[in-house]
Amino acid sequence: MTTELFVQYLFAGITYGSIYAIVAIGFNIIYNTTGIINFAQGEFVMLGGMIAISLLSFLPLPAAIALAVLLTMVIGALIEIIFIRWLENPSVLRMIIITIGLSILTREAAVHIWGENIRALPYFVGNEITTIGIMGARISPQVLWVVGVCGVMVVVLHLFFRATSVGREMRACAANRLATVLCGINPRNMVTFSFVLSAGMGALAGCVMSPITYTQYDMGTGLAIKGFTVAILGGLGHSGGAVAAGLLLGVIEAFSVSVVPLAFQDAIAITILLLILFVRPHGIFGSGEAARLKAF
Amino acid sequence: MKRLLAILPLLAVVVLVQLLTSWSGTQFYLTQMTMAAYYSLLIIGLCVLMGYAGQISLGHAGFFAIGGYLSAALTTRSLVPFKEAALVRLLDGCGLLHAGRDLYGGELLVVTPWAAALFAVLVAALIAVVIGIPVLKLKGHYLAMATLGFGIIIYRLVLATPWLGEADGISGVPPFVLFFGVTVSGESSVRILNYYLAWGILLSGLILLINLMQSRIGRALRAIHGSEEAADAMGVNIARFKLQTFVLSAVFAAIAGVLLTHYNGGIGPSEAGVMKSVRYVAIVAVGGMAHLWGAMFMGVLLNFLSLRGVFGSYDDAVFGLILIVIMLFAPEGILGLIAGRKKPAATVPTVEQDGEV
Repeated sequence: MTTELFVQYLFAGITYGSIYAIVAIGFNIIYNTTGIINFAQGEFVMLGGMIAISLLSFLPLPAAIALAVLLTMVIGALIEIIFIRWLENPSVLRMIIITIGLSILTREAAVHIWGENIRALPYFVGNEITTIGIMGARISPQVLWVVGVCGVMVVVLHLFFRATSVGREMRACAANRLATVLCGINPRNMVTFSFVLSAGMGALAGCVMSPITYTQYDMGTGLAIKGFTVAILGGLGHSGGAVAAGLLLGVIEAFSVSVVPLAFQDAIAITILLLILFVRPHGIFGSGEAARLKAF
Repeated sequence: MKRLLAILPLLAVVVLVQLLTSWSGTQFYLTQMTMAAYYSLLIIGLCVLMGYAGQISLGHAGFFAIGGYLSAALTTRSLVPFKEAALVRLLDGCGLLHAGRDLYGGELLVVTPWAAALFAVLVAALIAVVIGIPVLKLKGHYLAMATLGFGIIIYRLVLATPWLGEADGISGVPPFVLFFGVTVSGESSVRILNYYLAWGILLSGLILLINLMQSRIGRALRAIHGSEEAADAMGVNIARFKLQTFVLSAVFAAIAGVLLTHYNGGIGPSEAGVMKSVRYVAIVAVGGMAHLWGAMFMGVLLNFLSLRGVFGSYDDAVFGLILIVIMLFAPEGILGLIAGRKKPAATVPTVEQDGEV
């Protein structure tokens, strides 16, 4: 394999990897405050892209993206308030089934609003044939946008959880729900907030990836299962691990193209997921000691 | 015996439906009733896994597809090019192959439906064992995602394998002669026979599972559902019972796949799709998790309506909505709601009297 080809595959891997990492962090945020996995996480990414594409007909690109992210956050909040907030101690099985139902309903709503066509936002800079050379490889500037935006999101999120009071309240809620209530924090608001946050992150990722990977109504399930793979690989609830695992999965997938047919690319991620679940369910970066306290 | 008597009114309804459709000249409904009965066979199997053993599976369309696709491929793909291979000659010697002519008069050598069906169900059972041993150690989200992943892998394999017809699926599957005079086939001349056949198979499956759930195995499963630790302490071999139930439900799914494929004369990749698995889970949930009668009734009703095209382009949306509404307002299922929100049987501890299970 030549250096150019190597760099080319590497960048393709990093692009997809950063998207997977964002979806995985979305899973982690909600998992940390509620202990549930939101199977509709991939749908937020789809909604972000779709809404931005629709808004583009009467708004400039940055405004369309900003509004799309905002609207998806509102949808995230509404979903939580209508379907989840008022349940008293729901069982895990019940929550799994409810979020799967939400994912189906969102997808079906999307197919009736936007149809089955594959859509895309325009490239932020230049067009589909604009490239920049890095070590002999030709990379679309959009790749840098994806990696850059995802990187900034991870940093901002980290600062948010460390430095702001809402962020600290959310972490407190994740650590000990009862103690949080005793401190005068309403954990239900924190749960709503975690849905808003992960919806917004998913939507923004959906917008920046749209020019390269396109947006279609049924993209959510595939993204969700890969995001989940990454979340598990990195240790559930562990955002730094999710970034590393996301990039790892993206790169593995990109290089696998040269070995196995494209049709089996999804099967690779799932095989990794199954292997990791069987061998090391607390993930590569997760702590085994902490895992023993959780129920797998 | 009393449990079996409960089947009689149902049998009467089955006969009544057939007479009504004959009398009103609407026999075409029987076709969808037959298909709905085969789908319900899968659903009662899944009901035992989900409701009694408490293990969710989002990959049961995968087992249905393994059964359907294997029997379809083996009974349609000609073995003529491999005629000289030792394995093919051996099969031929055992009388498991069937020579014929294809549409264009060419030579055709395929596996007989009985051999193909047995092989398909056996493969599904084996895969269930291999997948089940590691998967069933997982719980909650992990189990859901792992079984979902299994379902997606089967779907991708079907879509990417030319032998399985890729996106076109397999058509031209021959009728399945079960024994002399009884054939699984969609021909309108044998519609009534096939209707009774499908319902006969479904009711036999139901009786089998009901009896099984009243036996030691059923009590052990309910104990596991109630509390794995407690069941373990009482000497219940958790891993073995969970695996047996998983394999049993996979076999039910594979049998349903085999029979429906022969009935329809073909199978397509959508049968292996994730949405199908989710739909089966939805139907079990509506019927009230640990409620075989409810699962069967809802399986027939919802599949019949869906096959009649009542939901139009909102087919998937209807099942999504059903899932949410049932789980939000009636997690014990519709029948549970009607029965005045009685405590479901699954949570009643019944393990005290048989500690040595």
